[in-house]
Amino acid sequence: MKIEVLGTGCAKCKTLYENVKKAVEESGASTEVVKVEDIPSIMKYGVMSTPALVIDGQVKFSGKVASVAEIMGML
Amino acid sequence: MFSFLEQFADLIVKQWLGLDITTRLGGALHFFIYDTVKIFLLLSTIIYVVAIIRSWFPPEKTKRILSHEREYVGNVMAALLGIVTPFCSCSAVPLFIGFVESGVPLGVTFSFLISSPMVNEVALIMLWGMFGWRIALIYIGTGLAVAIVAGIVIGKLNMEKYVQDYVWEMRVGNAEIAEQSWPERLTYARGYTLGLLKKIWPYVVVGIGIGAFIHGYVPQDFLARWAGRDNPLAVPVAVALGVPLYSNAAGVIPIVQALTAKGMAIGTVLAFMMAVTALSLPEAIILGNVLKKPLLATFFGIVAIAIVIVGYLFNALL
Repeated sequence: MKIEVLGTGCAKCKTLYENVKKAVEESGASTEVVKVEDIPSIMKYGVMSTPALVIDGQVKFSGKVASVAEIMGML
Repeated sequence: MFSFLEQFADLIVKQWLGLDITTRLGGALHFFIYDTVKIFLLLSTIIYVVAIIRSWFPPEKTKRILSHEREYVGNVMAALLGIVTPFCSCSAVPLFIGFVESGVPLGVTFSFLISSPMVNEVALIMLWGMFGWRIALIYIGTGLAVAIVAGIVIGKLNMEKYVQDYVWEMRVGNAEIAEQSWPERLTYARGYTLGLLKKIWPYVVVGIGIGAFIHGYVPQDFLARWAGRDNPLAVPVAVALGVPLYSNAAGVIPIVQALTAKGMAIGTVLAFMMAVTALSLPEAIILGNVLKKPLLATFFGIVAIAIVIVGYLFNALL
């Protein structure tokens, strides 16, 4: 599984990144969480509001911070 | 509507603290308690409701709607969608690229970029709470008018060549974002409301505190000479002062309301509020990533001029 957190570096993006890392840790999966900050890569997914979560190339949500529990439900 | 809050403030100031509300201290304290409780009640309920409504209007959907629209109708739609589409200046760049790449005309994109931060729920709630619904409605109406007209003018100037070149070369994907369920919308709205309140509450409390002090201690008509409707310089100066106060609408409005009571004209107030929300330096810096300097300066200049006109108009009318 490939997990990407899209964000241009705002405070919310950092919070989402931390939450995703915690969710992955708690679920015990050995997945790497990548933070994508460059605009071309973010635009490639068609995401227009950051932060966004992408799992295996599929945009799960954009423009909000999800809780650890919510993210665990998506893994 | 808020008479129970009046009684609540009376109870604390008169009964518990034993102060006379006609004294300066008693009056200022009464004003502070009444306004703080009222504003936080309004903020928490309305932000929550607005956040639920916004969950139906992600920017990706707004973009799809606007990409089918041309000038004029497009500008009006963009300004209206700007109210309900969640917008944060930190995602101004992906938003801008997404819009122009999917064929939304430049002027229509600007109508959205102007209306979205200007006609925001926090400014509206604060205006409603401190000035009444009439001023809040006038603010919505004139804010939309500024966004529509400024967008049309920018569109007419054919400034596409002043968009950074890389924007046109970018490949934008089509995100298939699943519709949210009701529980998801409610969780989102709760998180959004709490996050926003956590960010703005100190400004609100400090703003109302300063406002209460002005109400109690600054002499009547203190500002009439400088900020009254007869001073033609008041509007442009207010607009210039509003630029560095970005994102502090919540704290600025109670202070401005108190200044109005001391003689500041209402058109000047409206122009000042619009400058605070619509002309922001951080946003200009972020937009500098996608706009070349002539377009950035044109955008700022046209919006500033439109706001100054609004100020003069309402000083003459009201």
